[in-house]
Parts: sequence; C-alpha cells; structure tokens
Amino acid sequence: MTTQTILPVNTESLKEISLQNNEPAWLTELRLEALELAGQLELPRLEKTRLDRWNTQSYGAYQATNVIDSLENLPMSVQGLVKDENLEGSLIVQHNSGVVYTHLSSELAKQGVIFMDLHTAATEHGDLVKSYLHKAIEKGENAITALHAALWNGGVFLYVPKNVEVTLPLQAIFLTDKETATFAPHILIIADTNSSVTYVDNYVSGEIEGNVVHNGSVEVFVKAGAKVRYATVHQFGNEVTDLSYRRAVVENDGAIEWIVGEMNDGNAMSDTSSILKGNGSSTDAKVIAVGSGAQKLNYTTRAQHFGKNTPSQMITRAVLREQSTAIINGITKIEHGASKADGQQTEKVLMLSPKARGDANPILLIDEDDVTAGHAASVGQVNPEQVYYLMSRGISRTEAEALIIYGFLAPVVSQIPLEGLRTQLQALVERKLGR
Amino acid sequence: MTTNFVIEGLKASIEGKEILKGINLEMKGGEIHAIMGPNGTGKSTLASALMGHPKYEVTAGSVLLDNEEVLEMAVDERARAGLFLGMQYPSEISGVTNSDFLRSAINARREEGSEISLIRFIRQMEAKMKDLDMNPEFLHRYLNEGFSGGEKKRNEILQMMMLDPKIVILDEIDSGLDIDALKIVANGVNAMRSEDRGFLIITHYQRLLDYIKPDFVHVMMQGRIVKSGGPELAHRLEAEGYDWVKEELGIEDETVGQ
Repeated sequence: MTTQTILPVNTESLKEISLQNNEPAWLTELRLEALELAGQLELPRLEKTRLDRWNTQSYGAYQATNVIDSLENLPMSVQGLVKDENLEGSLIVQHNSGVVYTHLSSELAKQGVIFMDLHTAATEHGDLVKSYLHKAIEKGENAITALHAALWNGGVFLYVPKNVEVTLPLQAIFLTDKETATFAPHILIIADTNSSVTYVDNYVSGEIEGNVVHNGSVEVFVKAGAKVRYATVHQFGNEVTDLSYRRAVVENDGAIEWIVGEMNDGNAMSDTSSILKGNGSSTDAKVIAVGSGAQKLNYTTRAQHFGKNTPSQMITRAVLREQSTAIINGITKIEHGASKADGQQTEKVLMLSPKARGDANPILLIDEDDVTAGHAASVGQVNPEQVYYLMSRGISRTEAEALIIYGFLAPVVSQIPLEGLRTQLQALVERKLGR
Repeated sequence: MTTNFVIEGLKASIEGKEILKGINLEMKGGEIHAIMGPNGTGKSTLASALMGHPKYEVTAGSVLLDNEEVLEMAVDERARAGLFLGMQYPSEISGVTNSDFLRSAINARREEGSEISLIRFIRQMEAKMKDLDMNPEFLHRYLNEGFSGGEKKRNEILQMMMLDPKIVILDEIDSGLDIDALKIVANGVNAMRSEDRGFLIITHYQRLLDYIKPDFVHVMMQGRIVKSGGPELAHRLEAEGYDWVKEELGIEDETVGQ
C-alpha cells in the first residue's frame, strides 16, 4: 500500500521563506530538493507500528519568532528546565519555529567553540555546515527525513575545535506551544579531533489547542579520539507526535554516549543509532522510557560496526502502564571486516497493567567471524512473588510496586553521569507513573 | 501483656488441593516452638499461609495475634502487626538496594514525619550486620541479587533483627548453611529471644535445634500436627527418624497433596 505524503508547504512558499530568512542559495536548493523527495517517499516501515495511522500531518507553517534578551522572558515551564550551571553558561532556547535565546560562555567562545542556532550557522559557518548537514541522516531515507530536511528550523550548531575539552555541559531547550507553527529543530554537532563535550537538551510542550508534529533530527560527528556525550529528555504533552532521528558517525577511537529519556505523553517514534566507522570507535546508549494512557511508542537503538575493535553497548528499559504499547528494537549490525567488534544489547519491558503491551526485538546481524556479540530481552509484568516478599516486611502494595518499578529502571538511571539530569528523570518517571 | 499467638483449625489449599488439614497451635511470648517433619508434609505451607502468600487459599480456621484476626489482614498489615517470616527462598529484587528496602520497611511502621534518620538507620544496620558477620557492602547490594544461599539466610535474619517482630516464623532457615553460618544465624536468633517474642522454627533437621533450644517440638504429617512434646522429642527424631511416629499413628504415607 502506498501512502501519499501530503506536503504541508508548496515549493513557492518554501522558497520564499528561505529567501526571507536570507539563507544561502545552497540551503534553499537543498530544502527544495528535499521537499520534492518528500512528495515521492513513503513513511518508514516500522516493526508492528502503523505510522500512517498516527498524526504525522500537523506541521503548521513556519512562523518567525522574536529574540528575547533575558531568560526571565521565557515561559515559566521552560525556566525550570535551565540547569543551574547554564543560567550564566551556554544555553540555546528554541520557541516554536525559531531560536529565541542564545548564550555561549565567553570562556568557550575564546577556545573557539561555536554554539549557535543552525540557521545562523548556515550563513556564518556555511562551509562547515554544508559539508555535514544531512550527511549522517540523509534526506532521501524516507518521507520523515525528507520533510525534515525541507522544513527544519531553529536548531543547534555545536562545533568543538581540536583538543578542546569542554567540562560543563552545554544545554538546549526546545518548546512548542503553538499548533500553527512548524516545529522541526535540527541539531548538528561536530566534535573535532581529540575534543570532548557533553550536550544536554530538553523537548517540552506548553498548552496547545490542536496537534503538533515534532520532526527532529540530531546528527553528531565524532572525529578521531573525540568524545561526545549526548543526553536528551523528551517530555511532550499528548498533543505532540514525536518523530526523532538521532545518529552519530564515529571515527577512529572516538566515543559517543547517548542518554535518552523518553517521557512523552503522546505517540513517539525514535531511532538512535551509532555508526562506528573508525577502528577503536565505541558507543554506549542508554534509553529509559515510560508509557502511559493510550500511547503508541516505537523506540529503536542501533549500532553499525565498520571499524575493527569497536565495542557497542545498548540498553533500553521501558515501563508501560494503562493501555500503552511499546515496540522496542535493538539492532546490532557488524559489517564484514569489523574484526574484534563487540556488540551487546539489552531490552527490557515491564508492564504494569494487563492492557499494556510491550515487545522487545533484539536483532543481531553479523557478517564477520571474529567478533563477540550478545543480547538479552525480556517482557514481563511485576512479579507477584517480589511484591509478596516486600509486603511481608510491612511495605504497602503501592510502595512495593514503586520499589520494583524504580528498581527496574535503577540500573540505567544510576549510570547517568549527570546528577541534575538523573534527578530530573527520576521526577519525570514519578510523574509519568502518576505518583 | 505478653504476646499471644493462637492458630485454630487452620486449613489451606493450593490450586484447589488441600494441604493444611486443620492446624492447632498456641504460642506465647518467650517461647520457642519447633515444627519438624519430613518433606512434603505441609510445613512450609503453614509458614506461607500464616504470612498470607497469594498462592495459598485459607479455607477455614482462625489465627489470632494478641486477639486480632491475622487472616483478615493483608500481607503488609500482618507484618506491621508483628508477624515476621524468614523465608526459605527469599526473592531477588534487582535495582532495589538492601538498605533502601529495609529503610522502607522500617518507615512503613512509623508515622509520616517520624521516619528513621538515615544516619541512625545506617548505624543500626551496620551494627547488626557485624553481629551476623556480613560484609558491609551488602548494604548497597541489590536485594538478594547474586547472594549465595547462606548470604540470603543471613539477610533474612538481619531483617528480623531490624524489624523487631513479635512472632518470628523461620522456614527452613538452616537449609543451605554450613556449620559456621548456622552458628551465626542461631546466635542471631538467640540474641533476639525475649519475653514478648515468640519463635516458630520450621526445620527437618535436628542440628539447628542444637543451637536454638526449643521449648516445644511438634511433628507435622499429612497436613496436621500429629505429635507434640518437649526438646526430648527432637532428640528421639534425630536418633530414630520418623518411622516410629508413623508406626505409632498408623500412617503409611506422611506426605500431603503431592
């Protein structure tokens, strides 16, 4: 069956927006090509998930935004998300279609770190942006990536020069609260040779009187010997359909670490993958998710090994309550020649209600002999023996179940190296669990 | 008022099969009762039914703890009323540390606002762990996960010591213990002996009773207590086995519901 993608914008208006925004000609051209592709391509086919039945059409239109000069002019909900160290430090805030606040600490600026909205970067650092944009996630992969390449707005460009080690995390916040505005941030991170950086972002929604699609892409380029830690928390309300692609390309001895908190209230699809291109490159992905209500969720983690001696580690833990459904996929692909690769993955789903449905699909695709790989997957309900044991010590049923649920997530949460993020995730988990 | 625990006509079944066929037993604070018997005679079922394990259905009888009907209470209420069961196969719970678990259990017995302070709790727990010769790192280990059989049993005794129950039921607490561990566990139990605490010790070996001296010994067969006596009964069972009891009572198959 072919589902024709309904384009939210036509060629003329897309061109006009690009011109109005003074985008370089190559970018205008790129957007128009992508829009044409979007008209021809189909939605991605996901395991046991009918994306065509989701709301994937509510893109609204591009709306210009006004820059604010002080954090105090941000909505309260967003102010609370700013990490203490970023009040004076490095922070980018996007509100609907555009970035409204940008701050880079002078210390980092002196070291040559670039941290600005991607739109501005396309002009100011055109060559750099042009050579990396849509190179990890190609516009022609499917209708979602094509539409993203046509429509993306605001976004973040982070460049860390050679040998620069950034100690404090940089932060970005993405807020949607207007159903008529396109919301499609693109994050482009380049960590040059032997650099290291931690970047944390939050995706939130305010009061929306309709539906919004978040079509987001994250591209991370990890150069030789560089280390990137990317942490992201998605906490959109149920009006938002979240379609997120995240992909890192890792060169020799580089390392990418993903920390993903899927705490949305609406339908969500995410695909977090690492391409281990260089010898000795590595990836570590941790995903925790809580589903509630009638949410439909599809989360994929991937590691693709090309380089020799490449370890990959992927862990997803999901808790499902009420009628929520989650399909959890883990895909380890070891290419021919990637000798001494080591791919490990675990997917675990804990269901709290008889109506919740979870599916864990570990997949190992190996085209090389000299490798190690392993997977573990489990889907189950709260074990009544465990509840009985805890209750036999005087702990109430509610408290016993809470201990078991937090215990289920703890091995992942406790490994999160950023304390502020850990606390935030714990609070979000509690909120999602309705406690 | 000293603790008073009365089991009357207790019947219980699992998946429709009756295992307990009318248990009668009376215990007071300060007393140690041992329940002995071969495998498959219903001893562990008695322990589980008293605690309220969801798999067992109580079909008749009453269990009074200080005149309160235990059978009407949920499992956690039984525990807070003063019942403690040291289990034969304690559950492993990943992600929940031993200390978080025990602190929740202690705080469940306290009013909101008067929770035990962390410092005080850790001090208490460390002291008791020392008594039981447990490595302090067990505080931070996930509950029973990866514990050896002996470590699990010590952890059960540690919980008993921290929770200060009125009636302690120990289900095969000696199984899987070497002689040194057995002595440590027995010392833990003996240290807890007091006028207002009663013990019901389930075992099929006499050797535990060399270290914990019972006041009363009961023999279970076919889901009933078929014989009761003093400590001398345990010695005779150790020396002669169970056959003489069966003969005396005309029992051919002592097991139940197997």
